[in-house]
Amino acid sequence: MQLAAEALVKRYPGVLALDGVGIVVRGGEVHAVAGENGAGKSTLMKILSGAARPDAGTLTIDGSIVRFETPHDAQAAGIRMIHQELSLVPELSVAENIFLGAEPRRRGVVDREQQTRDARAVLDRLGQTSLDPGARVATLSLAARQMTEIAKAVAARAQVLIMDEPTAILAQAETDALFRVIAQLRDEGVAVVYISHRLDEIFRVASWITVLRDGRLVTTAALGGLSRSEIVRFMVGRELATGYPRRTGEPGAELLRLDGVSTGPVRDASLVLRRKEIVALVGLIGSGRTELALAMFGAAPIRAGAMRLDGASFQPRSPRDAIDAGVALLPEDRKRQGLVLMGAIRENVSLPSLPELARAGLVDRVRERAGVTRWVEALAVRTPSLDRPARQLSGGNQQKVVLARWMLRHSRVLLFDEPTRGIDVGAKAEIYALMRRLADDGAAILMISSDLPEALGMADRLIAMRNGRVVGELSRDEATQDRVAALILGESAAA
Amino acid sequence: MNGSSVRWHRIADYMLVVATVAEAVVFSAIAPGFFSLANAVNVLLSVAVTGILAVGMTAVILTAGIDLSVGSVVALTGVAGAMAAAHGFMPATMALIAAVLVGTATGVVNGTLTAYLEVPAFISTLAMLTIARGLAFIVSGGRSIGDLPSSFGALGRAVLLGIPAPVLVMAAVMLVGSFVLRRTVFGRHIYAIGGNTEAAWLAGVNTKRVIWWVYVLNGALAGIGGLTLASRLGAGVPNAGQQYELDVIAAVVVGGTSLFGGRGTIAGTLWGTVFIGVLTNGLNLANVDPYVQKIALGVVIVLAVIGDEISRRKRAAG
Repeated sequence: MQLAAEALVKRYPGVLALDGVGIVVRGGEVHAVAGENGAGKSTLMKILSGAARPDAGTLTIDGSIVRFETPHDAQAAGIRMIHQELSLVPELSVAENIFLGAEPRRRGVVDREQQTRDARAVLDRLGQTSLDPGARVATLSLAARQMTEIAKAVAARAQVLIMDEPTAILAQAETDALFRVIAQLRDEGVAVVYISHRLDEIFRVASWITVLRDGRLVTTAALGGLSRSEIVRFMVGRELATGYPRRTGEPGAELLRLDGVSTGPVRDASLVLRRKEIVALVGLIGSGRTELALAMFGAAPIRAGAMRLDGASFQPRSPRDAIDAGVALLPEDRKRQGLVLMGAIRENVSLPSLPELARAGLVDRVRERAGVTRWVEALAVRTPSLDRPARQLSGGNQQKVVLARWMLRHSRVLLFDEPTRGIDVGAKAEIYALMRRLADDGAAILMISSDLPEALGMADRLIAMRNGRVVGELSRDEATQDRVAALILGESAAA
Repeated sequence: MNGSSVRWHRIADYMLVVATVAEAVVFSAIAPGFFSLANAVNVLLSVAVTGILAVGMTAVILTAGIDLSVGSVVALTGVAGAMAAAHGFMPATMALIAAVLVGTATGVVNGTLTAYLEVPAFISTLAMLTIARGLAFIVSGGRSIGDLPSSFGALGRAVLLGIPAPVLVMAAVMLVGSFVLRRTVFGRHIYAIGGNTEAAWLAGVNTKRVIWWVYVLNGALAGIGGLTLASRLGAGVPNAGQQYELDVIAAVVVGGTSLFGGRGTIAGTLWGTVFIGVLTNGLNLANVDPYVQKIALGVVIVLAVIGDEISRRKRAAG
């Protein structure tokens, strides 16, 4: 099957999201779609999957024009979207989810045995022999849920599968498994549309690439003929400075020290953060990295152990305590944990500083605006107004808003949890530069990252975690991809 | 990505004003006696207690909560105020102190259960609805507490420059409420919590304490509302305020405050209150069957919520 879009135009109030974009997706191919946030990728995907209607332009399947009023129409035509935020019913079983709305029936009643057998067959076909059709989805890992969602599409005989940043939630081994499934589906004749920021993955999995920028089509080409830097140039419209910003001086004095801290799944973790230094905390999902950061931020209780900040005992019992002591957290999930999306940019930046910006409980709006403006401009948040809701910003700009919040407070210990997840290449480089500048200005930075090249590139020092324990520490010179991987995977392999 | 939610919100408020004016024009044509200054004052008087309660309810709903107990608390605090006044020592002052203290106490219970013990607000305040009503009957012995010193009636019956005191109380409460929500740290925290509780907490907001205070203040306001009503009636009546919570929630929701929290204004609540007041008053004067009036009110509430949902989706799509 061949799905083609031609000259699509989609206008939202105040912005032309798509301006004459076309794409051709053929069965048996993986077609990557790349572009910075706001380039129009998600709008294009919404139109292909029936979630949005174009203002102009046509969709054709095998040459005949189709119109999708709803996602249901697109699904009926064999097009399925695997969302970044998965759309399964957590309280139902894997099998029930796979056949939700299309349950096998006998005399009007769901034939549960048949359903389980069919689910087993689909999962086996995808090589997921260890995934139990009877398992409740809520008990599954994110990777298993994603597989369930793919199985759901396969069971519905989807001919076009649209995947939006599917690896964002996966660990490396899980990513490999996903790529095997994608390759298999491709070989079975399914067309896969693969949206990603990660060029490594695009090169691994895709044969075609379409690059969008500012709502326009920049190029569609076979991947074989393109280099990495060419694609980056297409995406950002400019050459990126290659590499990561390096530390210039020596690390400063010790700022935060953890001695034998246990919290949540973390046991007996000890580490030191110093001024002017970026420390990467690496480990698989579930190794306890985020939980440890939450404990440093007063957002998770500590069972045992002690922390010292600038030499003094540090026992934050709430984020407020940590914030007042100069510790800041940029959480993993910006939309759920970082921002009040419906609130204005100004309100999001000033939120933790309101007590200081107020007199007798009244917010001094002049001071608030001055402080917020200063940092929003210093960080180059791209917005026409501070009163725009945070929801309207791209991922990179949202991250800058969260960062501006802590700059306004001059926080000296900054905990970045996956700071560049879901952020486009151009904005990533900006975030890296900002992190380095903050460190150079004397901040102690902890960066949690699942992106190993990023962690290796940014870190002055790496700390590895596995199964809730700190399992090793490497200086920048010692850290190689193999050694870090050995630590976090627990392989005794000599590095 | 569109203009902005702020603009949409303004249009929604504006539409309610237009709807209220349109409503008034229609009733002026069909309801004898509607179009007069006296009746306008009458409408405001009829919604005064609802309006007072709606200010606290707006704050509660902004945190994505609900308080079902206000009607019963109105009765309990009215009875408490009347009993305090019955002793004859500074009756008006003692009544005010008693009503606000008792109202605050119910709010402390609601707030503690909801914020700190994490009982869903729907349940904790539903429990308070029946408890406060039961207490109102027990302490009053099931009878109205009347025959009070004349100063007890001041809050409900006095008229200043042609404006009844309850309307002035409503106006004052709304002005203060609006100021608190828009300008204070507390108000900003309320919006942040309603918009995203977890993000607010991780930004250093003591979310539990803020929510606790919202329920406590709402209880205190219910005390002011209860006393205003009792003063107007000249007695503390244990079965007063039945189903007020529904009228109040209706006014807040029609006024554009989202039941999901984080979005809404006191100005919207004022217009929601007035819109419903005009509707009820006009239908009365037009001699519409009271049962039909109930249907009309139901339809209006549903339309308002649909309108809210559509504007929410528009913004989500943007």
